[in-house]
Amino acid sequence: MYIIIVGGGNVGYYLSKYLLSEGHEVLVLEKDAVNCARFEDDLGSICVRGDGCEVSTLAEAGTSRADVFIAITNEDDDNLVACQIAKFKFNVPRTIARVNDPKNEDIFQKLGVDSTISVSGLIFQTIEENLPAHPLVHLLTHAASGVEIIEIKLHDRSKAVTKSVKQLKLPAGFALMLVIREGQNPQVIGEETAFKSDDRIIAIAPTGKENELRDLLIGNHESD
Amino acid sequence: MNVVIMGCGRVGAHLAAMLDQDGMKVTVLDKDAYSFRRLPSDFGGTALVGDGTDADMLKKAGIEQADIFIALTQGDNRNVMAAQIAGKIFNVPRVVCRIYDPLRKDVYESLGIEAISPTTVFAELLRERLSEKTKG
Repeated sequence: MYIIIVGGGNVGYYLSKYLLSEGHEVLVLEKDAVNCARFEDDLGSICVRGDGCEVSTLAEAGTSRADVFIAITNEDDDNLVACQIAKFKFNVPRTIARVNDPKNEDIFQKLGVDSTISVSGLIFQTIEENLPAHPLVHLLTHAASGVEIIEIKLHDRSKAVTKSVKQLKLPAGFALMLVIREGQNPQVIGEETAFKSDDRIIAIAPTGKENELRDLLIGNHESD
Repeated sequence: MNVVIMGCGRVGAHLAAMLDQDGMKVTVLDKDAYSFRRLPSDFGGTALVGDGTDADMLKKAGIEQADIFIALTQGDNRNVMAAQIAGKIFNVPRVVCRIYDPLRKDVYESLGIEAISPTTVFAELLRERLSEKTKG
């Protein structure tokens, strides 16, 4: 695949190194001469000095034959414009933008960017996963279907303890898939599965409704 | 008429003062409070410090009630981004945006964004002037 990357900072550098090793054709557009030199020295002539938001630069870079276009600078406005020009002027089938302000994720998608990567969102998620006492962990967001996969840990006062899935009467859109217990293999949850304290449940919830699920299984979050 | 202007540079401040004189309800946004010095002392509108590419900031500036949004910062990309948030997310009926780069302006015009390129306008103006002088 021919992949164009706008932004030759650290992320751009390691991303292009990886994509090259996977056998892709990679071109990096970077404004800063020092950053460009690093590519030239380590990875060969894959970096062009220029503004990835400029139509003429993108035309020279052969954007119209690119399969994937990735904008990963530190500036959200630059990433948006680069992706929009790639998509609407050069018809690149897949555009991906880094989003520095998490609010912009939704906005970028409404404005035509195919996928977004929220840096602060990723950092937040990783920290969340590493907080031992945190009862709710996001495992995966499936943006296309509006669904989140979440891990929830029950404690002895959680509402779901001693109850079965049937008794919990989950609203539509929510589903409990797996229960993980210390020292056991994960079990698929059925109608009759009853929960215990310290169970870890892998569940599905509609995006943005994770707190509802937490209230149903654990109870009021103030009581944690 | 409620107008939100992003960018209080020379053009932004001048336009804000004119529309204020015309009796419109004007809000000017700029990242730097110092740029509000350009507004006349009798300016009757609102000056707000903030980033117009931030959707929350636009809400504070009253974008939801705005009839007109104009993006006039120095950055083409910032203008284009703010203009699209105003027009496509907040449905402001009239959005105008400055884009210095004529090629970028053409792309965004084809996407339905009303854009003015001062580069093209001024170059054409100069050419006209020069041809007048040469004729006369």
